[in-house]
Amino acid sequence: MSTRKTPIYDNHVKHGGKVVEFAGWYLPVEFSGLINEHNAVRKNVGIFDVSHMGEVTVKGERAGEFVRNLVANDTNKLYDGRVMYTPMCYENGGIVDDLLVYKVNDKEYLLVINAANIAKDFEWMKKTNKFGVELKNVSDDYFQLAVQGPKAKELMEKCFNVDLTDLKFFHFKNMTLKNIPCIVSRTGYTGENGFEIYGAWNEGGKLFDAIVAAGATPCGLGCRDTLRLEAALMLYGNDITAETTPLEAGIDIFVKLESGNFIGKDVLVKQKQEGLKRKLIGFTLEEKGIPRHDYLIVDDKDNTVGVVTSGTLSPTLGIPIGLAYVETKKLNDGSKLYVQIRKNKVAIKQMKVPFYKNY
Amino acid sequence: MNVKSDLFYTKDHEWVSIQGDTATIGITDHAQSQLGDIVFVELPEVGAGVKVGDTLGVVESTKAVSDFYSSVEGNVTEVNSSLPDSPDKLNSDAYGSWLVKVKFTKKNPELMDAKAYSKYIEEEHK
Repeated sequence: MSTRKTPIYDNHVKHGGKVVEFAGWYLPVEFSGLINEHNAVRKNVGIFDVSHMGEVTVKGERAGEFVRNLVANDTNKLYDGRVMYTPMCYENGGIVDDLLVYKVNDKEYLLVINAANIAKDFEWMKKTNKFGVELKNVSDDYFQLAVQGPKAKELMEKCFNVDLTDLKFFHFKNMTLKNIPCIVSRTGYTGENGFEIYGAWNEGGKLFDAIVAAGATPCGLGCRDTLRLEAALMLYGNDITAETTPLEAGIDIFVKLESGNFIGKDVLVKQKQEGLKRKLIGFTLEEKGIPRHDYLIVDDKDNTVGVVTSGTLSPTLGIPIGLAYVETKKLNDGSKLYVQIRKNKVAIKQMKVPFYKNY
Repeated sequence: MNVKSDLFYTKDHEWVSIQGDTATIGITDHAQSQLGDIVFVELPEVGAGVKVGDTLGVVESTKAVSDFYSSVEGNVTEVNSSLPDSPDKLNSDAYGSWLVKVKFTKKNPELMDAKAYSKYIEEEHK
């Protein structure tokens, strides 16, 4: 399959984006520089093209039951206009993907899934459809833009002449922006206040330009990763995979074991009872260095006791930060732990997550 | 892309300046542009013996790790010890920010001149 372009590709090039291939798409990794863009989102407002993400509609009388069975969080708590973040598990408790569930009404839900998993997720959803609901992969019908930062609300209101005061965190509304019908949710992947906008595929470029003209900094995939890591948000393929459970990943607040059945529940209940053998922790380094994906966590005697899933030098905090799975035994027995960076063992210090939050 | 005419270049985007039997090695403007904001530099030990192709050290940006290599055989005589505290100098002045000096006995016969390197990076981007 050849690499595809989002409807905002030309606008990226026009604004000086450095284009790379990502999950089968041509997307900008940066425009004015990763650190510059990262800081713009933390202090001001940035805009991301995330049209490569996937969307699936769930329609039918039993839509609510289908969704509750599919995901680990309690989507029965959703009401019209509410959004929920949740992992989606296999029967063995491993993770298929993490996603957002938007409840339109009792008979209609919109699921927003990761770009790299669209085909896999859609097949999985069809396989688990014992409820006779209609599933449609509408990923190619929607552009998606993320407008993120402390000035995001101010910019959106001025640019589109709308009032977003009543649009609360993890809620969504239908709105018309520049004559384009859109879904606008107060959600994001940066740890800042912000919005995600969905609309008809071909209209994405027009909105992107309008928001940049209003003062948002164009941002690429590079800072998207440093921002989400500072907020300790999961990246599928790195921190969560088919081989990890949401309990091990520390996203257990999004797993509701006491309210209804869902795929993988039994395994997770058992894992919780027996105790976790490994846990995803946040950490920094006690000396200079940068932890990276796949670097090993070792103990004093060079035994491998864990692995780094994500790591970087945090632009906002100015320190190295990372997430790693580590054997619970080692976390509890006071062992000194290190990350193996090339030939050196660099001592790590566990840190509470998120490393940064501003909403 | 900035390519200086009085230097030699490698396929791995290092520049090399030769004065007598001392080679001064750095990374090119092209390399820093590809890496993005550089945040970490790891330099070799003074006195280390190196051969052509050996990893001399590492340059890291926020998003990538990149080894840099020796294009000569000899011993490391000096490293630019101010760089690890200001790695961003590699972005703002790649040719003015040398990394390592090596007293050498042999050099990589495949070192390119400025013209050949300019052509090489043009080809890479086709």
